[in-house]
Amino acid sequence: MPHDHSHTAAPSDLELRVKALESLLVEKGLVNPHTLNSIIDTYENKVGPRNGARVIAKAWTDPQFKTALLNDATAAVSSLGYTGRQGEHLQVVENGDEVHNLIVCTLCSCYPWTMLGLPPVWYKSAPYRSRAVSEPRSVLREFGTELNAGITIRVWDSTSEQRYLVLPIRPAGTESWSEQQLRQLVSRNAMIGVEKAKNPRVAENIPP
Amino acid sequence: MNRFPLQPRDKEGPVFNEPWEAQAFSLVIALHRQGLFTWDEWASVLGEEIRHAQGQGDPDLGNTYYQHWLSALENISVLKEFSSYSEMSARKNQWISAYEHTPHGRPIELSTAKNG
Repeated sequence: MPHDHSHTAAPSDLELRVKALESLLVEKGLVNPHTLNSIIDTYENKVGPRNGARVIAKAWTDPQFKTALLNDATAAVSSLGYTGRQGEHLQVVENGDEVHNLIVCTLCSCYPWTMLGLPPVWYKSAPYRSRAVSEPRSVLREFGTELNAGITIRVWDSTSEQRYLVLPIRPAGTESWSEQQLRQLVSRNAMIGVEKAKNPRVAENIPP
Repeated sequence: MNRFPLQPRDKEGPVFNEPWEAQAFSLVIALHRQGLFTWDEWASVLGEEIRHAQGQGDPDLGNTYYQHWLSALENISVLKEFSSYSEMSARKNQWISAYEHTPHGRPIELSTAKNG
């Protein structure tokens, strides 16, 4: 896990103002955090809708793009028209037979939102932020993801300058699938690393 | 929510450029659901904030819409006595302090700032 970055940079003034007001309103009982979360959930996919799935499916079908993506993800995704508005760097980390990657922001909720939209509520929760580092295997199990004991889990801690995206393993049995079809197997959770790509045999509404 | 004609949206509803915008948007919806202000009250405070920004030479309503939304949310919170500008500012500084004092790898919590 990379630990060479500083993790003390505070978010932008606008983010801080929202955070300040939210914490005050919740504390005073004027806003119920559960109500707030459910409203935010409704809009979860409304920022950068499913950009990440397009990037992953392209990497699965276009070896040249995959190489570019793993070398310099910021440049590779900007070639598709996706640029972070705050100039943050993106790194794509590839799952394989020996390594499984998981992303977290231990400090707050830094998230590759140009790729994935708004972070889900659990991603921002204190238990996930700490347990993803201290006991990643149990966290994965709670998402129904079982890994062989021999697989190493790498946890990537996001910052305001550096975001990560997981490149899941392309599911077996999808050799003849088009990029368009493959996109439907790439879930948000797979790109965070808490799940694998969807099983093509159980994925619904996908033509074989 | 069509009563806010300047709000960036597509055919499915409001769109956001950054997570904090959705957060600010959702806070207003939540306060309204609790019956703490009416849409007319909100529209008037928001409208006033937008006019104020235009008076200051705001160049692009599309890009800055949620900045006005957030300022209006702070204003209505003061008007309705949910909070005060000094309290909000103090809380913001507590968050900054919490960020600066949280050791790497630990979840950030306000208590870090209060105790530290």
